[in-house]
Amino acid sequence: MKSIILSSASNYLLPLLLLFSVFVLLRGHYLPGGGFIGGLIASIAFILHAFANGLKKTRYLLRIHPGFLIPVGLTVAILSAVAPMIFADLPLLTGLWYPDEIPVIGKIGSALFFDTGVYLVVVGVSLTIIFTISETV
Amino acid sequence: MLLFLQEMSTMLFAILSSFIFALVLFFIGQQRFERFTWLASLLPLGLFIYFAQFIPAIANGDVIHFSTKWVPSLGINLDFQLDGLSLLFTLLITGIGSLVFIYSKEYLKENNKLLRFYCYLSVFMGAMLGLVTSNNIISMFVFWELTSISSFFLISFKNTDKESRKSALLALSITGLGGLSLLAFAVLAGQLTGTYTISEMLTNPELFAQGELSIFLLVFLLLAAFTKSAQFPFHFWLPGAMRAPTPVSTYLHSATMVKAGVYLLLRFSPHFSLNEYFGTILIIFGAITMLYAAVHTLFRTDLKGILAYSTIGALGIMVFLIGIGTAEAITAAIIFIMVHALYKASLFLVTGTIDYGAGTRDITRLAGLRKFMLPLSIAGLLAAISSAGIPPSVGFVGKDLIYESTLHAGLNAGLLTTIALVTNIFMVFAGFIVGVKPFIGKLPEHLSETEKPNFILWGPPILLALLGVVFGLFPGLLGNLFTDNIAAKLSGVEAPHLKLWHGFNFIFLLSLITIGAGLLLYVLWKPSKSKETFIQRFDVLAPKDLIILFGNLFSQLSIFLTRLFQNGYLRRYVMILLVILTVVLGIHIFINPRVFLNIEQIKSLDWNEIIICIIMFFAILFTVFSKSRLSAVAGLGIVGYAMCFIFVFYGAPDLAMTQFTIDTLTVILFVLVLYRLPKYLRMSNPTNRIRDGIIALTFGTFMSFIIVEIMNENPVKNVTEFYSENAYVLAKGKNIVNVILVDFRGFDTMIEIIVLSIAAIGVFALLKLYLKKHEK
Repeated sequence: MKSIILSSASNYLLPLLLLFSVFVLLRGHYLPGGGFIGGLIASIAFILHAFANGLKKTRYLLRIHPGFLIPVGLTVAILSAVAPMIFADLPLLTGLWYPDEIPVIGKIGSALFFDTGVYLVVVGVSLTIIFTISETV
Repeated sequence: MLLFLQEMSTMLFAILSSFIFALVLFFIGQQRFERFTWLASLLPLGLFIYFAQFIPAIANGDVIHFSTKWVPSLGINLDFQLDGLSLLFTLLITGIGSLVFIYSKEYLKENNKLLRFYCYLSVFMGAMLGLVTSNNIISMFVFWELTSISSFFLISFKNTDKESRKSALLALSITGLGGLSLLAFAVLAGQLTGTYTISEMLTNPELFAQGELSIFLLVFLLLAAFTKSAQFPFHFWLPGAMRAPTPVSTYLHSATMVKAGVYLLLRFSPHFSLNEYFGTILIIFGAITMLYAAVHTLFRTDLKGILAYSTIGALGIMVFLIGIGTAEAITAAIIFIMVHALYKASLFLVTGTIDYGAGTRDITRLAGLRKFMLPLSIAGLLAAISSAGIPPSVGFVGKDLIYESTLHAGLNAGLLTTIALVTNIFMVFAGFIVGVKPFIGKLPEHLSETEKPNFILWGPPILLALLGVVFGLFPGLLGNLFTDNIAAKLSGVEAPHLKLWHGFNFIFLLSLITIGAGLLLYVLWKPSKSKETFIQRFDVLAPKDLIILFGNLFSQLSIFLTRLFQNGYLRRYVMILLVILTVVLGIHIFINPRVFLNIEQIKSLDWNEIIICIIMFFAILFTVFSKSRLSAVAGLGIVGYAMCFIFVFYGAPDLAMTQFTIDTLTVILFVLVLYRLPKYLRMSNPTNRIRDGIIALTFGTFMSFIIVEIMNENPVKNVTEFYSENAYVLAKGKNIVNVILVDFRGFDTMIEIIVLSIAAIGVFALLKLYLKKHEK
């Protein structure tokens, strides 16, 4: 499936789509979006790249095994879930919020970190599954 | 977390320390552990000292509370309470535990799984301590289950032996059944009384005596207690459990764990004080168990087999006494728990040492061992004396109290006393046959090379047996510390004071008869293999075989059902799901057929909605009739994208985005897999296709009916309103879907991402990790 148009387009699409996925992740709390969708978009970006340029190049681009993102994401999510227990003696998963707004991103709370964890896990899971299948089948 | 640590009570720490110890052991490693095994016994010893410091306060009648929040929103807390009853058990657990820990070091010296053994043993100890000190019924249940599980691992410790594994599984299934029943009891009692705290449940004992549900409460409680404490007809797992290494049998299956059921009955006897069935049922089952087990001791030739049945008998006596329920009977039960733990643990350890030295436990082959094991024979004799209730042992005090309580039991005093008398005679027999017979007589040829045991193998049993005599000489010691207090609290009447000597009265006569008849039986009756085979002929009728038969039938049924529903073909699963749903929906529609077709609504459809529907329709047709896999997948993709548009039209952008991305990924996955398969294939034969078509069409039609019906009902707005009102107030978010995902139902999301990760690992493992040739 080599196509020059697709492969050169995907080189530009990859960063754009990744940026878009982060955008979707960040706006999630106020507007349609969130970690789950963001993660899926990011994995589609990588898969598109793999389709156009071959799996090897995408793997090289990623540097790490996508499976590595799964424990990282889980750790981020679980840490943000227990953070209220540790710092504020509140039940698991209570939202902690930084009082002031930060430009571009908006208000920051533990929910955002939780969502980031979800994002990472989703990217890790879908890339692991699809890469493994396409390599071995 | 820091706050949690500050709140943690010393009690919680004491109980958790066993679990922490088990974890730490793993990092030490077998090699290093073998050199310092004796250090492990410092844990139970330390705990013994910790609990012993409460003796003065408890003897004063105080009750000590410790509380740590666990799941406060459900009323489940780590509440611990130390009263006389709990203290007695904790001291037994840690005291006998210390000796067993030391003893095992020598007994299992050459075992290469020593580390694992100590892990299981300390987990068990922690669970047992938690069980007897919990004041919250849910945490009690958790500890209860932990004891069953650790017992499973300890019984199957020799895991290369098939019989061990089988016995362990049997024990786990029976005690697991009881555990389930305890959970049912806990939830029911909690719902009825409105609290999960055991001591608070006591405020209205009427709930446990009257009302429709009181009978369920009683049944669940008794089932839990009877399975754990090996009462007839659930007694059979205990003899099987003797497959465990002897220290384990000593600790779990005679001194502590099997008494958990008795503890449960004692703990809840005040709650059921108004329930008239409670006592009667306990007396009946206790009596059957006593007699049944007592008779069985005559027919066993394995020392541990005899001890197992005499333990069942002893547990029967305890249940029987709790059933009588007077202050005297409760005192007798408590004393008997103590007496039995001391002499039975001692006898078990004696058996273990005999087995270790002589290499056999067969009573017909053992004699004259005093030549090699003089100190051990003294331990055996002392324990046998205590078991027989010969003065001045504490067993005598216990036996006296048993007769006193049966004689004062009222209506059936004569019958109850006779039952107790008969059982006790067999107990005398069992004690002497294990504690005395292997040591006397002429040494047979095959035992001439018996190893001389060292101090660690005879010290603990002799210490336990000696304690039996000390407490016998000073029964007031026990009375002041435990029984007065416990019995008074449980029965509501002041308990009798303990004395060794009551003078020449009827009870003394009964004691004399017991000892005399028991010794006579010991002299006259010789256990032999032929007698053992004789009793085994009745096994067909034994509850064990009936339950195993039932279990086998059940597993055959489940195999049949599994084969029927789970044959490994995805299409079969989908078909079964759809057929069942279709039938359920169909029944609903035919029971009350209503048509909710609203012409106005159809007329108000937009042109873009109609176009999407048409696209979907043709895409489906294309998928169904296409001849190639790839084009069918593409067709399905179109259906998915069309669905996205419907979501967009009806204001669910989040859903649309998710659907869109998921659909893309699904198509990619399909293409990746199907690309390698042959291009053209007839996927199924025409009959199958017609059958599938009919199922799919019916399901679709019924589903549409239901959806239209739902649209016409007044939808429940509560949930939607709650989220839309509170999303911003509570979670500072405006996108409700996302707020639900990360905040309101955040815990679900957390579990979901864990499931996703497991799925990814599964796919990776299935496809990537091949077995090398030599591993196949």
